[in-house]
Amino acid sequence: MRNPLSDKVIDIKPSGIRKFFDLVVEMNDPNVISLGVGEPDFDTPWHIREEGIYSLEKGRTFYTSNAGLKELKEEISAYLERKCHVEYDPANEIMVTVGGSEAIDIAMRAMLNPGEEVIIPQPSYVSYQPCVVLADGVPVIINLQEKNEFKLTAEELEAAITPKTKILVLPFPNNPTGSIMTEEDLKPIAELCVKHDIFVISDEIYSELTYEYPHTSIASLPGMKERTVLINGFSKAYAMTGWRLGYACAPDVILHQMLKIHQFAIMCAPTTSQYAAVEALRNGNDDVAMMRESYNQRRRFLVHTFREMGLDCFEPFGAFYIFPSIKSLGMTSDEFAEELLKKEKVAVVPGTAFGDSGEGFLRISYAYSLEELKEATDRMARFVSWVRKEKNL
Amino acid sequence: MKEKILSVIEKNSKISIKDLAIVLGEPEEEVAKAIYEMESDKTICGYHTIINWDKTNREKVVALIEVRVTPQRGHGFDHIAERIYNFPEVDTVYLMSGAYDFCVMLEGKTLKQVSAFVSEKLSTLESVTSTATHFVLKKYKDHGTIMVSETNKKERQLITP
Repeated sequence: MRNPLSDKVIDIKPSGIRKFFDLVVEMNDPNVISLGVGEPDFDTPWHIREEGIYSLEKGRTFYTSNAGLKELKEEISAYLERKCHVEYDPANEIMVTVGGSEAIDIAMRAMLNPGEEVIIPQPSYVSYQPCVVLADGVPVIINLQEKNEFKLTAEELEAAITPKTKILVLPFPNNPTGSIMTEEDLKPIAELCVKHDIFVISDEIYSELTYEYPHTSIASLPGMKERTVLINGFSKAYAMTGWRLGYACAPDVILHQMLKIHQFAIMCAPTTSQYAAVEALRNGNDDVAMMRESYNQRRRFLVHTFREMGLDCFEPFGAFYIFPSIKSLGMTSDEFAEELLKKEKVAVVPGTAFGDSGEGFLRISYAYSLEELKEATDRMARFVSWVRKEKNL
Repeated sequence: MKEKILSVIEKNSKISIKDLAIVLGEPEEEVAKAIYEMESDKTICGYHTIINWDKTNREKVVALIEVRVTPQRGHGFDHIAERIYNFPEVDTVYLMSGAYDFCVMLEGKTLKQVSAFVSEKLSTLESVTSTATHFVLKKYKDHGTIMVSETNKKERQLITP
């Protein structure tokens, strides 16, 4: 039989997260506490779920138009104007997608020609690089630095730009580091993008989860809206991961091509989820504020606790992750995570799952109750002192 | 800061002052001082535990009683309320708008004990004109806490990107 597979797909490395997931599942131990989850621990607020149920009762079980429900696109437009101070025309510049993930994929496919380069700052979410490769683009990685709190600097960006650079992926607030880019941080990046005529895919899925500093979208900076694909969604802000609903906003020339792919590959995002999302945008603000406050409390607790363990941990102001360094213990991220799992039954994700520059770091999620975090960090503190003793540190 | 403290301990009164200070990002001494002040001025009236007694062997009967009264000149409702809330078996007393005046909740060991309280103590108060007693059959939710849910195990995957 001939080879049934695509070489391009075979060459893509499986996600580093998958490997660790298998390890945890193999253990099959009920005493394992995981701090490895990248989704909220809250249930979707009831009024949003109730709206989904109501739409089913009403028999709203048909396809919506390809780009999504008109009401939903109008709510998204109003929301972005309110929150991010950028205006998008609901009829031509907004489309509803199956999670932010679909938006990332189709944006790459709509914009890239073979050989064109996409700059991806890492550590970052696992899907950017494979999506670029599948769209025949060439990923160019920037290894973000801890000393810059894992923000992207203009110097780093300028050094990575070549005549073939077409797109910059801007993944802030960041999974896995929790780093954010303030308006001041974004300005020099925006200037470089204009100067070198580069487009931006700005993944702002964690935009509602910033602490102490407000979120700024790069699309709101001068000259940027026309070269930005803004991606956001409902998963993180409204605890709606399983509903699979996101959206992309872009100039109509880009959006219409993205919509073409979406139309052939997906048809439309889930109808029930779209009705629920309308309710989320109309009446979900208090829920978001409640969840944000709760995450913020846990964030302070974790930063404090890891520093008390004697591990370096910069204070992250976004998403629901902290990214402590274990370099002082003389172990790799993989070694630490595997040993910790075996010895104290705590699962954390090695920083390397998000790029080589994650070596020496761990992603700790705080989408857990304070009680769970306390138990898990007690175990980790015990493990860290054990390692220090073993190694005479 | 006081309201932030309250919003945390309203749902979790077990949290230590040290942890409370950490999660709020405030100095421990100031948090302790604020709590002391609120305890003193009765902003914080107590620390109770929400118990689902149905899970125990202890028999309990909970009743909600609608009470109609004739308010007294010069004292309004407060004086009558005091006569009612001083009974230790009375759990809750609210003054209500609408069809009746007081909502009184109480716990007894048996139906008989509750009926006895109503007929002998409550109805016989001078200003009380009528009562209607409703017995609680099942508690689903109390103080914002759902009591009937199964273990509420999260169905999240253990590791996700």
